[in-house]
Amino acid sequence: MNDNNSCTSVFLIGVGGQGILLASAILSQAAMLCGCDVKTNEVHGMAQRGGTVIAQVRYGKKVYSPLVTEGSARVLCSFEAAEALRAAHYLAPDGLAVVNQYQIIPVSVSSGMATYPEHVEELLKKQFPRLCYFDATQKAIEIGNPRTANVVLLGALSKGLELEESVWEEAIRKTVKPQFIEINLKAFAAGRATVQ
Amino acid sequence: MKELLSGNEAIARGAYEAGVRVAVGYPGTPSTEILENVQRYKDKIYCEWSPNEKVAFETAAGACLTGARSIVTMKHVGLNVAADPLMTLTYVGTEGGFVAIVADDPGMHSSQNEQDTRNYARFAKIPILEPSDSEEARDFLVTGLDISEKFKTPVILRTTTRVSHSRSLVELKERIEHVPQGFKKNPPQYVPIPAWARPMRQRVEKRLLALTEESSNSPLNRIEWGERQLGIIAVGIAYQYAKEIFPEASILKLGWCYPYPDKLIREFAAGVKRLLVVEELDDFVEEHVKALGIPCDGKNIVPNIGELSPLRLMEIRAKIEGTAIPEHKPIKDASLLPPRPPVLCPSCPHRSIFAALGRFDVVVTGDIGCYSLGVSAPLNRMDTILCMGGGISMAHGMKIAGETKRVVGIVGDSTFFHSGITGLLDIGYNKSAPVIIVADNRITAMTGHQDNPGSGKTLMGDSAYQASITDFAKACGIKRIFTIDPHNFNAMVALLKESFETPEPTVIIALSPCVVDDRSALRPALKIDPTICKHCKMCLKVGCPAIESMDNTIKINPLLCGGCKLCQQICKFGAIS
Ligand SMILES: Cc1ncc(C[n+]2csc(CCOP(=O)(O)OP(=O)(O)O)c2C)c(N)n1
Ligand code: SF4
Repeated sequence: MNDNNSCTSVFLIGVGGQGILLASAILSQAAMLCGCDVKTNEVHGMAQRGGTVIAQVRYGKKVYSPLVTEGSARVLCSFEAAEALRAAHYLAPDGLAVVNQYQIIPVSVSSGMATYPEHVEELLKKQFPRLCYFDATQKAIEIGNPRTANVVLLGALSKGLELEESVWEEAIRKTVKPQFIEINLKAFAAGRATVQ
Repeated sequence: MKELLSGNEAIARGAYEAGVRVAVGYPGTPSTEILENVQRYKDKIYCEWSPNEKVAFETAAGACLTGARSIVTMKHVGLNVAADPLMTLTYVGTEGGFVAIVADDPGMHSSQNEQDTRNYARFAKIPILEPSDSEEARDFLVTGLDISEKFKTPVILRTTTRVSHSRSLVELKERIEHVPQGFKKNPPQYVPIPAWARPMRQRVEKRLLALTEESSNSPLNRIEWGERQLGIIAVGIAYQYAKEIFPEASILKLGWCYPYPDKLIREFAAGVKRLLVVEELDDFVEEHVKALGIPCDGKNIVPNIGELSPLRLMEIRAKIEGTAIPEHKPIKDASLLPPRPPVLCPSCPHRSIFAALGRFDVVVTGDIGCYSLGVSAPLNRMDTILCMGGGISMAHGMKIAGETKRVVGIVGDSTFFHSGITGLLDIGYNKSAPVIIVADNRITAMTGHQDNPGSGKTLMGDSAYQASITDFAKACGIKRIFTIDPHNFNAMVALLKESFETPEPTVIIALSPCVVDDRSALRPALKIDPTICKHCKMCLKVGCPAIESMDNTIKINPLLCGGCKLCQQICKFGAIS
């Protein structure tokens, strides 16, 4: 199904502590700067202790539901490699999947109660016709701060949205702390450059 | 100016704009961020974390009787704790506006149950307002305070997780001051001794009739006429989903659902062919519509368990239209994924407590907090959870029932102050001998690190006396009281062993800061020497996310490890340093 009321939906998934909420805040800010109505939803509380974390952003002329309908997201962005599969059913059939190669091994795997899928890349390629799969964490380390991996990913996902390029810089400037603006602008540019 | 605010931020803004003077509460997801954001206006609003919801509710009640506009915040189960003052404040009435903001958690994202707070409104015979986005959350608080003052009634503002934690645009307004007139002595008004409570009781019913009239005329409830084939009564956030999935239908949007707006419901029902009530959890409105003699669909096709969503409404639409139910399940390959439930952080001091308890065959009655995560594998060291404070009293109950195993009750510091003290008093008074562990990290961690009476700081940012758990335990009549750093694993095991051998109650205060709240407690990351490691996997039994093991390699992730040395003390081969 296509998204209702011609809204654009973006679905972010990752693991607690990966900076998903900042990415969602910058994205919402960018949509606001374009004059859109915006709604977002975030996970707080229990799930933040190393569990799966989700953020959803919807924007357009008028947004009702803050929740993304399954099968309707324009972009799915996964901050951890395998987690993308958990939320794959939210992506529209022609949507873009941006997936970080970085793997976080959960306790369930380390303690031998579960296994981490072996051929993640193959599974992702099979699932997502439009896939952007790269190591955002490595890129962030090269830029000088592994914590900016979230904004590297945001740069890549921005290519899947039709928001004007210029608003992103302003959105970053408005959202992140002054001392981190420059490094985040670099991170964003690096991410954006990975998608053709 | 428009700002993108969460429902909780918007409520805090509403408190500021409406001239609220006193804002109190006890943390609880999804309500916590309301007071955290009120704190930004602390030059205008006095705010505090109270030890529990009952105290918070009574504090706000006292404040409102001086004429100060007052709010109290809590999660749904918090209202169970505060139900006693609620049920009589409804008689006594209010002076300054009084709104209790209660956050429900349909779907139980972070809760132990899924109760529907609207039932309390009917129970207490007071209004309940249900916003569907952030702008309404702000506006409804302001309206709620006005209703409270006009009708001298407490009002409940009910949010749900998706209202509290979704962001939407809010047009900011200026603050309007409401200067309190001070308390005016009037015992027949404020003292519900039977002689005066009886007329109060009469007033409650009269007020209810007046409120019923008001709710039909309130802009919080409105009809949006569309096609007349199907009319939907949509309550709270269900309105947003209904607009999305049934754009052509007529909608009666209820933002003030109790006392029920009978006139409006009748008018709406008369104007549509088929009527559907869409509400989360109980059939609170549906039951009443039916009592009015109006046939409708409701919980026969709308789930009463869990939360609604656009997809749930698409399914309901398909059922009404008799079309195929849309399938949007997780993809098949998602079943290959390992589960990723929440876990104790690396270097969390609670982990050592459970690792130590793992050495004994005992029953552990647990409680609610980060330490509840000790229930999950591989720690598996908690056997019951009931409610806050229950960890202590249930240990007492097991002992007096003659449970033959040693019984350990475990609570956190915030939980101890919330409602653990009375249970401990019972142990001292009625003489049972469990071992009570207070996992004391000096903070209310689970809900996002709020200060509590043990933290030495207040929500206003002032320093405070640090309440001593040892002194409380002494006052409760406990003689064996120990304070220990749980990171000292062997000492922890030894102390437990000794305590299990004594026929007396013991309180063990396992004192060490939460490493997320106090980063200074973190130490350099440890390493496993692969030449010494024998792959016995003992270290994996403590369930630390920093120790990663795949394909027979065990290594410590340096980005995650906080250097607590629990694994080092557990490794028999000295491979970790
Ligand atoms: C009656 C009630 N109020 C609030 C909550 C929400 N809540 C869950 S855990 C918790 C606090 C736990 O703090 P603490 O006992 O210090 O343990 P920690 O999380 O710090 O380990 C709170 C407030 C609840 N579950 N029940
Ligand atoms: S937040 Fe603090 S108390 Fe909670 S699991 Fe993490 S370290 Fe432990």
